[in-house]
Amino acid sequence: MRRYAVPAPPGSQITPESTWLRRRQILKALALAGPALAAGCGRAEDGAGAQAAELPGEPLTVTGRSAYSTDETRTSLRDATHYNNYYEFGTGKDDPWRRSGRFKPAPWSVEVAGHAELTGRFALEDLVKPHTLEERVYRMRCVEAWSMVIPWVGIPLADVLKRFRPTSQAKYVAFTTVERPAEMPGLSYPVLRWPYREGLRIDEAMHPLALLAVGLYGRTLPAQNGAPLRLVVPWKYGFKGIKSIVRIDFTESQPATSWNLSAGDEYGFFANVNPAVSHPRWSQASERRIAGDGLNLLGNRIATLPFNGYADQVASLYAGMDLRIHY
Amino acid sequence: MARRLDPIALSKPFVFVACLLPLAWLVWLTIHGDLGPDPVARLEHETGAWALRLLLATLALTPLRRLGAGAGVIRYRRMLGLFAFFYASVHLAVYLIVDLGGFWSQILQEIARKPFVTAGFVAWLLMIPLAATSTRAMMRRLGGRWQKLHRLIYPLAILAVLHFVWQVKYGETIAVREPLIYAGILAVLLALRVPDWLRRARRSGAQQQ
Repeated sequence: MRRYAVPAPPGSQITPESTWLRRRQILKALALAGPALAAGCGRAEDGAGAQAAELPGEPLTVTGRSAYSTDETRTSLRDATHYNNYYEFGTGKDDPWRRSGRFKPAPWSVEVAGHAELTGRFALEDLVKPHTLEERVYRMRCVEAWSMVIPWVGIPLADVLKRFRPTSQAKYVAFTTVERPAEMPGLSYPVLRWPYREGLRIDEAMHPLALLAVGLYGRTLPAQNGAPLRLVVPWKYGFKGIKSIVRIDFTESQPATSWNLSAGDEYGFFANVNPAVSHPRWSQASERRIAGDGLNLLGNRIATLPFNGYADQVASLYAGMDLRIHY
Repeated sequence: MARRLDPIALSKPFVFVACLLPLAWLVWLTIHGDLGPDPVARLEHETGAWALRLLLATLALTPLRRLGAGAGVIRYRRMLGLFAFFYASVHLAVYLIVDLGGFWSQILQEIARKPFVTAGFVAWLLMIPLAATSTRAMMRRLGGRWQKLHRLIYPLAILAVLHFVWQVKYGETIAVREPLIYAGILAVLLALRVPDWLRRARRSGAQQQ
């Protein structure tokens, strides 16, 4: 099947670099980015020049290749890292990259609690080390009706969760984002009930498509994309992909989730991509794809597929459920 | 021979060109691929914002004259109003052709079911008769009814601002600031007219007695 073909080389080599390497855009970024870019420069490899200065994060060794990847045209690295929703840094699409310069993704640890045999605080390195990092090129469909194609680097969520040996009472998994007002200027606004919370049913969390990502385009996650550890659930709307995770809870009852708490009639717990169920204020039948060099204005709109095109893999999780009610 | 210079007439070509500058800027950004990651959303936002700005500028002329800016300012009204209609039409065209192109069934669904789309579409519809009757000949033909017809600008301006406020996503406290600023400006422009309206209502009431 074409859609799930094994990908070619890692994303860092395929990204249309011309888009973001153009001199004008570098100058613009330098002028606008301020502290964020200054920090990026400091981390760049020696002597690599302007090209390295623009690349976010550190290179990752990616050994595994996933058969779940799509070979659709990818979003450019620049767009994927400069057009984000991460309200802890602000509600504008450019706030996350502009205003995340003070964010410190290291050292990092995750608190694991609830119905599991192994709980406690784990350093990020210890969580990741036993696993092989693999690249997965997934479609990412935002609830705002735009989408991207992003090469993530990560570990199947199930592989990590199984190490904590969840008990039979663990019916759900809840995640919490870090809450650091000094580093995340958006937290001063009561937009959502902070900290950001998300959750999955345990069978969803154990599904092989669910990914715990530590990188994109072959490099560690930049702050604006959820450094250093985030969830990627490609068959659900993007807001389910909680960023900068500091806590994992195995719970017996369905956990409260941030968007559902704020506007339950607009954002459900399941939030599976579903072209048949409209958002109260806009249609979900189609989406604008942000990919390639962004020059072709016409033809960016494509039909939205049930479960974001992953129906063959995940539809059985919801057998017998009315997805109009459980949106 | 020394005909008196008419500064308003002289300045009109410059105002005309100035009104075209936002369009030229958007065309330039489009050609250079500099509209950002979501170019269509950017085009929609900018053309809509300029339509609204020009609409508010049109509505600002009468209060400006009252505040002592000179009777001549009213002569810019037709040009600004027509440019507001022009940008609103470009805005609608971008939405229908560039954004929704090919997804025609969704168009009907969106116009009929989404209140913010409905408000914007009705505002645009209400602008059509105003643009069509903007010529001097039409003014003469309609006489007193012309003024009545052109009071449609008040409800359509309110609809245009609502269209902008309603499309902001929940929780976007910063994104909602821009439409709220326009709403505030419109409220001031309408409030400045209230004394006039009251006076006129009293006068016509007195005539009826």
